[in-house]
Amino acid sequence: MMSSKLQISLVAGLLIAVGLGLTLYKTIELDFPLLPGEKQDVWTLESKITFNPGDGPVEIALALPETQAGWVMLDEYFASSGFGFSVEDDAGKRQAKWTRQSQEHPTTLYYKLQVYRADTSGLGASPVPSVMPPELSADRRTAMERVVSSLRERSSGPVSFTALLLQQLAQGGMDQDAAFLFDTREATDLTVAMDVLSFAGIPSQRVRGVYLEDGRRRQQMSTLLEVFDNGSWYLFDPATAKPGLPDNFFVWQRGERFVLDVIGGTSSQLEFAIVKNTLPVKTVLSMEQQAGDKLMLDFSIYALPVEQQGMFKGLLLLPVGALVVVLLRVMVGIRTSGTFMPILIALAFIQTSLITGLVIFLTVVSAGLWIRSYLSHLNLLLVARITAVVILVILIMATLSIVTYKLGFEQALTVTFLPTIILSWTIERMSILWEEEGAHEVLIQGGGSLLAAILAYLLMTMELVAHLTFNFPELMISLLGVVLLLGKYTGYRLSELYRFRYLRKDWQ
Amino acid sequence: MKFISPGELRRLGVLGMNSRNVDYIGAANERHRFPLVDDKLKTKRLAQDHGMRVPKLFGVLSIQHEIQDLEKMLEGLERFVIKPAQGSGGKGILVICERRAQEFVKSSGTVINLRDVKRHTSNILSGLYSLGGRTDVAMIEDMIVFDPLLSDFSYEGVPDIRVIVYRGFPVMAMMRCATHASDGKANLHQGAVGVGLDIESGFSVCAVQNNVRVDTHPDTGIGFKHLQLPHWQEILNLACGCYEMTGLGYFGADIVLDKYRGPMILELNARPGLAIQIANQAGLAKRLQAIDRLETVDRSIAERTELARTMFAQKPDQV
Repeated sequence: MMSSKLQISLVAGLLIAVGLGLTLYKTIELDFPLLPGEKQDVWTLESKITFNPGDGPVEIALALPETQAGWVMLDEYFASSGFGFSVEDDAGKRQAKWTRQSQEHPTTLYYKLQVYRADTSGLGASPVPSVMPPELSADRRTAMERVVSSLRERSSGPVSFTALLLQQLAQGGMDQDAAFLFDTREATDLTVAMDVLSFAGIPSQRVRGVYLEDGRRRQQMSTLLEVFDNGSWYLFDPATAKPGLPDNFFVWQRGERFVLDVIGGTSSQLEFAIVKNTLPVKTVLSMEQQAGDKLMLDFSIYALPVEQQGMFKGLLLLPVGALVVVLLRVMVGIRTSGTFMPILIALAFIQTSLITGLVIFLTVVSAGLWIRSYLSHLNLLLVARITAVVILVILIMATLSIVTYKLGFEQALTVTFLPTIILSWTIERMSILWEEEGAHEVLIQGGGSLLAAILAYLLMTMELVAHLTFNFPELMISLLGVVLLLGKYTGYRLSELYRFRYLRKDWQ
Repeated sequence: MKFISPGELRRLGVLGMNSRNVDYIGAANERHRFPLVDDKLKTKRLAQDHGMRVPKLFGVLSIQHEIQDLEKMLEGLERFVIKPAQGSGGKGILVICERRAQEFVKSSGTVINLRDVKRHTSNILSGLYSLGGRTDVAMIEDMIVFDPLLSDFSYEGVPDIRVIVYRGFPVMAMMRCATHASDGKANLHQGAVGVGLDIESGFSVCAVQNNVRVDTHPDTGIGFKHLQLPHWQEILNLACGCYEMTGLGYFGADIVLDKYRGPMILELNARPGLAIQIANQAGLAKRLQAIDRLETVDRSIAERTELARTMFAQKPDQV
């Protein structure tokens, strides 16, 4: 017995030392900050090129983004399975080129880059393209002239001209003349606007880029419109007519060059998957410095693909929640329903926010318990009974969502984040507990679970905890050591100091 | 709300839940022996093989189909008990104390017929009374006619004697008396009265209900002060013998006193609760450590009980 205790202490000590040592090494040698400090949003964009190859050789060219408007590139990575690959310089612009003699199946090529915005400067200078008035048939020409002159009358210069034009297009309040202009080929707001601008002699060009939204997949490239007036460029969003560069718009390319060019293939598509990591500025800076030799990054979560990174963010928080449960059960003596149920509830709370989550949880569980008490009269087989509860829980959740949405609380829609199976098991266990031990025990264990879940939630949502777990996953090794030690804790639980209170000498 | 300090608990030698799990259950009980005591049928068969006294087993029903033979099995049985082999907390136990032609009289006086008995048995088999709803088997065994000496100490239920046995030594004992509040069950956390018993003499040391000291039984009004259990040596021998039988180092033996057949093993528990310390107003850890300090543990049952009786003698006025 002594030797096993000693063994555990040694192993635990070693684990704790290794975890702390690695953390220390990363802090001191690699400059990872221990405290969250000032944050920087680092965006990871995964561009996905898909196409159906034809019979002959294929050649795919992707214009690579020029970093501008304060955007800084930290890292880029190409995936080119079986393709010849090169990054070429094409008239001062970088472009990636994938080539292959023949390709039979539809295929996907990847280009991943990590960027952050160091400052919110605007776009700089850019060569002014010469204005080429569109060629129009006589009747369209007349319509165009009327549109231009009506806009000229109401505007004070090229910028307000553009703003007015785009507003008119965006709001759909077009007069007959403008409507007529749309009545051609594949006219869009943007092409019509550009035609009108060049007809009016105002230099304009497209600005292509991506709207960055955390967790988005299949994001398409968007286009802004830029007009030149009096020595500088002015940006507009053609869809909303809003002026200026949106903060979350990553500029890929200015001007009329192609972005994706596929020779020897059809149905090509360019899509983006986007993930945001909020990192300490110091980390970002050191990543930038070491972008060339990425030894350090190779050993961190950042080396993983974007989607897995997002998953790990949550996964790495689990041990912290588990520690809370261990502490509460071993040191305090709180009884919970299901050993690690509280952590799963806490995870759900993270998605829904605490109060909403609590309200929904209590509603669903009490409604479920009520219905389940009827099911127990029917004396069903276990699996059928739980399945019935799962279906009921989903029905309750749907009802809750619809009712609250109709009442105007959109928050309750987050109900879907509460894991159905977990809720069903909670209801099932609570119900059995109720029958076997009575309502008192249900309150004790249910309350214990919720208390543990809330504490775990509070800890897991602490910025410092999220920072430490994600940036120093090796701390988990130390945590393992602590848990091993707790597993050999044979002292009294806090609850026992109450339970055995009547053994006190001065009582009686 | 009052608390006791950890220092005082340690001084009293009170065993805590963590220490019980790690130092005693975990260290002294091999995992694969647990099923021997978790299943009452296995325990009973094992006890029979070892020649220990247990309530007589009339029959076992393990599949629903066998229920149609129930009538044949019950033929000629004046009184009997039907209970689940893996039930917990005394649930699902049907006690029939009398038979009148086609009818059965329950211990509470209610009269039921064969169909009711069959339905009850069917419920046992489908796991209605077992932990987590697992399917179970039903045991039909002899009803215990409890010793008239004890009948006033329990209300609507059989009083049983719990003896904690550590490495073959009886270390602490108590009698558990059902009350109206505990619904005839002998579980302390459901409101039964726990009467601490002196290991040396079988005299009552102290009685508690819901952790609070009581002097008399709340329903029968009988005082516990002069209670002394009969057959005390036999009870201790029986409990200690289960050590050789199960190979478990730390367990609780539940023993009942039958009017005609004397002490019998009802069931064993590999995770006995800690409330026995409150009933005895004494710490378990102290006694367990005393056993650990003994040099040779390899002794006969008689030697062990003899030694334990001198080691753990406790005078009622001492507390």
